Amino acid sequence: MARELQLMKGNEAIARAMIASGCDGYFGYPITPQSEVMETLMTEKPWETTGMTVLQAESEVASINMVYGGAATGKKVATSSSSPGISLMQEGLTYLAGAEIPCLVVNVMRGGPGLGTIQPSQSDYFQSTKGGGHGDYQLYTLAPASVQEMYDFVFDAWDIAFKYRNPVLILSDGAIGQCMEKLYTRDYVPRWTEEERRANAPWGTWGKPATRPHNIITSLELDSARQEVFNLKLQKKYAEMKEKEVRFEALNCDDAEYIIVAYGSSSRIAMKAMQMAREKGIKVGLFRLITLFPFPTKQLAEVAKRVKGILCVEMSAGQMIEDVRLATECGVKTEHFGRFGGIIPTPGEVLEALENKIIK
Amino acid sequence: MEARRQELLNQGYEEVYTRTKVLTDAVMHYCPGCGHGTTHRLIAEVIDEMGIQDNVVGVSPVGCSVLAYNYFDVDFQEAAHGRAPAVATAIKRLNPDTYVFTYQGDGDLAAIGTAETIHAANRGENMTMIFVNNGIYGMTGGQMAPTTLVGMKSATTPYGRRVELNGYPLRMTELLSTLPGTYYVTRQSVQNPAAVRKAKAAIRKAFENQKLKKGLSFVEILSNCNSGWKMTPVAANKWMEDNMMPNYPIGDIKVDGKIVDGIDANRLVLDHALTVMQ
Ligand SMILES: Cc1ncc(C[n+]2csc(CCOP(=O)(O)OP(=O)(O)O)c2C)c(N)n1
Ligand code: SF4
Ligand SMILES: [Mg+2]
Repeated sequence: MARELQLMKGNEAIARAMIASGCDGYFGYPITPQSEVMETLMTEKPWETTGMTVLQAESEVASINMVYGGAATGKKVATSSSSPGISLMQEGLTYLAGAEIPCLVVNVMRGGPGLGTIQPSQSDYFQSTKGGGHGDYQLYTLAPASVQEMYDFVFDAWDIAFKYRNPVLILSDGAIGQCMEKLYTRDYVPRWTEEERRANAPWGTWGKPATRPHNIITSLELDSARQEVFNLKLQKKYAEMKEKEVRFEALNCDDAEYIIVAYGSSSRIAMKAMQMAREKGIKVGLFRLITLFPFPTKQLAEVAKRVKGILCVEMSAGQMIEDVRLATECGVKTEHFGRFGGIIPTPGEVLEALENKIIK
Repeated sequence: MEARRQELLNQGYEEVYTRTKVLTDAVMHYCPGCGHGTTHRLIAEVIDEMGIQDNVVGVSPVGCSVLAYNYFDVDFQEAAHGRAPAVATAIKRLNPDTYVFTYQGDGDLAAIGTAETIHAANRGENMTMIFVNNGIYGMTGGQMAPTTLVGMKSATTPYGRRVELNGYPLRMTELLSTLPGTYYVTRQSVQNPAAVRKAKAAIRKAFENQKLKKGLSFVEILSNCNSGWKMTPVAANKWMEDNMMPNYPIGDIKVDGKIVDGIDANRLVLDHALTVMQ
């Protein structure tokens, strides 16, 4: 498939991007609002075209561990789920991070806690960026704000995952997963050949030839001194990501007196609120996070120096705001606005919050 | 290691027994007399004899055999507690021509990993599962396992396992044999040379079966946990024969996809007229 204009759902875009980006395997378990990912894959039957494997697992615990097994063989392996399922995957994610296995995990967030609601939410920010599972680890976390980005970020995810030997999380939400938008598809990237797999994943469990020692994939280290060295190595890797792989978008921030910080669906709403404010003569900018980890700390701090106040918009009780305040070292008035339970704030509400909480 | 061997051979020693080349030189951490070490050796011999060292991936559990990857000179992955069958499922699905095996204890396979075990078996994953049943959680200091016998003492059943409190010992192997996805299901043991020979033949069959692509091959190995049982290895093996074997009968249950003639149907529906140990 070459570059083509199509209309599709965010979840479908994820599935089609997996096939088009040379993904070798997908393992998942149904959950609203992301079931279309696996449904699309099963309908497309990529095993007959690209040779990609697709399997419905018995649980998210199983699917993430299938990702762990498959990805450890040096192949491009993915799963997707929504919040309650992602909670179940935390064990697997910490093993993947601890064994340094590249893979792709997509969370199409819904409201919580518990079974919560099937409507969109952004209340898994802490879980995604502050660990989620046990131990000191980080997932490279991308937050798409459109169906196009759902598609494109799948391609980007493989590059980062294999460059850093680290799991990549695409943190989306039910609004982007379910909405239909136009999107430009990309040229197919063929699945790796056997030679490419071995070259790209010399560490993988693909069968020990006589020419190398056996490859071991484990996150266990019983010697504390060695475990500490390993932890330091991980921290170095995360620091390098912070240095080199931060992504964000600053819109109208140059002359802004106030900025809104948001990601994903909220950033779309915030963009409209920004336009409405500008029409009223209020100079508002939008600082959109694309990577949640690594957080654009320095870049945001730079912009924040020039503004009078920051409104954080997130469909949560206020999680991202903690990183915003850390970035600015609380140097500027910063407040949170959000709605819960699957309620999506309107641009009018966001503007009102900006006026009442920040400008007034 | 090799240099020393040559030295001894040069001095005129005759080699009558040696380490298989599929085992590494790492010194095993298992308690002397434990069935894990013997079972490792049998798997390594089978891999060696089949000539598949360059095309096999093992998956180790959480349990005493967590470090199995250090002992086998083949590519290996260490799974989270109970998840080895899911891990191995994907390895095999994505690498269908590679020999894939899991190695798990009874807590790993029959308690925390019950779902992964049953579903891998039910999907008929074309791989080999080795299940070392010692009726106890060896690694964590001898707590009750799902396979602990009624009346058997452990760190968490200090007065003996009681059905009213802990339910019944779980015969996972019989249970799996009832699933159409399993192709070969057997229970073996490694407490004496005769048993070792049979266990090795079973492991060999379970590996060979992967060529047929007909489903899961499952080998339970009854083993002592002499430390956990607080017995000498010799006493532990005797105890195993007297107490474990009546509850966990040795032999093939399902061969080539069919339940073996003479297997009591009651055993398969998990009739729990279990011998209460003394
Ligand atoms: C999620 C989790 N829960 C508990 C443990 C602690 N744990 C380690 S090994 C083990 C039991 C292993 O018993 P078994 O599978 O029978 O293996 P054995 O040591 O007897 O060979 C437990 C409970 C763990 N590592 N991970
Ligand atoms: S504790 Fe038990 S299972 Fe573990 S090595 Fe010792 S004897 Fe074997
Ligand atoms: Mg055990």
